Amino acid sequence: MSKRVADALPAVALVLLLLGGWELYVDLGGVDPVLLPAPHGIAVAAWQDAGTLWHNTQITLKEVALGLTLAVIAGFALAIAIHLSSAIRKAVYPLAVGSQALPFAILTPTLAFWLGFGILPKLIVIGLICFFPVAVSTVDGLSAADPDQLKLLRTLDASRWQAFRFTELPSALPSVLTGARIALVVAWIAAFIAETSSPTVGPYAGLGREIMVALNTSETAPAFAATAVLFVCAIVSFNALALVERRLAGWARPRPGENR
Amino acid sequence: MQEQSREGFGGERSAHGESVSAGGASASGASAGGASAEGSAAEDAVILTGVSRNFVDRSGRTIHALRDVSLRARRGSVLAVVGPSGCGKTTLLEMLCGLQQPDAGSILAPPAALMPQRDLLLPWLSALDNAALPLRIAGAPKAAARAKAEPLFAELGLEGFERARPSELSGGMRQRVAFLRTLLSGKPLLCLDEPFGALDAITRMQMQRWLSEALRHERRTVILVTHDVEEAVLLGDRVAVLSKRPGEVTADLTVDAPRPRARSQQAVIELRERALRALGLEDELR
Repeated sequence: MSKRVADALPAVALVLLLLGGWELYVDLGGVDPVLLPAPHGIAVAAWQDAGTLWHNTQITLKEVALGLTLAVIAGFALAIAIHLSSAIRKAVYPLAVGSQALPFAILTPTLAFWLGFGILPKLIVIGLICFFPVAVSTVDGLSAADPDQLKLLRTLDASRWQAFRFTELPSALPSVLTGARIALVVAWIAAFIAETSSPTVGPYAGLGREIMVALNTSETAPAFAATAVLFVCAIVSFNALALVERRLAGWARPRPGENR
Repeated sequence: MQEQSREGFGGERSAHGESVSAGGASASGASAGGASAEGSAAEDAVILTGVSRNFVDRSGRTIHALRDVSLRARRGSVLAVVGPSGCGKTTLLEMLCGLQQPDAGSILAPPAALMPQRDLLLPWLSALDNAALPLRIAGAPKAAARAKAEPLFAELGLEGFERARPSELSGGMRQRVAFLRTLLSGKPLLCLDEPFGALDAITRMQMQRWLSEALRHERRTVILVTHDVEEAVLLGDRVAVLSKRPGEVTADLTVDAPRPRARSQQAVIELRERALRALGLEDELR
């Protein structure tokens, strides 16, 4: 545990340094707090809005968890299809790339028309944004399997499926996880995009909507407070995934001191 | 035994048992003991007749990897193929394993398992699962494949390392697991591609002794490719010497000495010298 603390120390020190500089800049530089609130103002706003923040954090967390799951499954499946069929690769790859340039506001009214005003259209938006890193890195991982290993499997009369199952898929696993890690970090901003571009009913609609509503009424400090929550969520979830990665693909890195 | 015949584009189909013409003047020229004349063709598990293989490199030049190679290996014997780097030894094995086709000549060989130069163990599988991989591929369930491979671990001095990942094993242990995987393929012909080339001298000597023991228990036809003349003489029933590219057979020696053989044995030293001479390395003998 003390090692964890030591690992976190540089980041904590840097954050404190930045916050201190920020605080001094706003306090001594005569900056209008509506334009840029000081950290202490943000902390006060967070304290006052804690209930709303917690509620919206739960909504956004749920969106990210489900959207990311959708994205990983879709990206992984698409990558396998692309890997196994050059026709699918040629047909789908350009569209997948193009999908990343979509301004989602153009899509969300239709999604709301089809799927209603609940969580579903938001999951589609998060999925569309986040499947891409998973798909691209999985495709690369699958085709990076050792050709000599595949050759060896051929001498053992392995079928196409067995070559995939015993060599290509496991050797792609670290790449899948790398893609998932990128997708996870992107997912938080994807949730923001999904929430702010989707028509919503009701007062609670996630951190993204809370930020936009606050900004529209020039309540900058609450907007920053919600942003800080997003910031922390990204860091925590990223580290949580790294733990999963160590479990699933521990063979990809040496494990000193660990034997059988 | 299952036989499979593979022909190159220019090769005539050669029926099993048909007498195989000498590959070239050089093949019989340095032949010791005339083993190729003895024994009926039915006893030969592997017959290569006039095999050539060419590659085209990036600049479009044709590279002759092997030219007119004719070799035979009797069932249950060890044919050691020795030659300098780049003489097409790996190409020869890949053709035997059906990974490449000859451009000319014919290859008659039973189904072959390859033990590649790099052990190519799968890093995400345990040593036991790596060894049992051929059984899994043949359709055995995981537990059955493990149960079949497990007793062999003790025989190969690998007990206690069944669940270790390849990265946790020494080079010699990895080679033994790779050899076990080759054995468990159940194929009658084993193609060993410089199995000990990457090991240090001491481990290599241990592994040579170990392999010669292992082959005594497990009678399979073995093609052992090596650049180490001494290893070829210690382990082979016959030693074929290949020249520099394009690889041609410059000597085909029979090793009569009983096993296990010692480096210091007179017969071993003599054959080693003959093989080195065939490689054009007589200067190294002084």
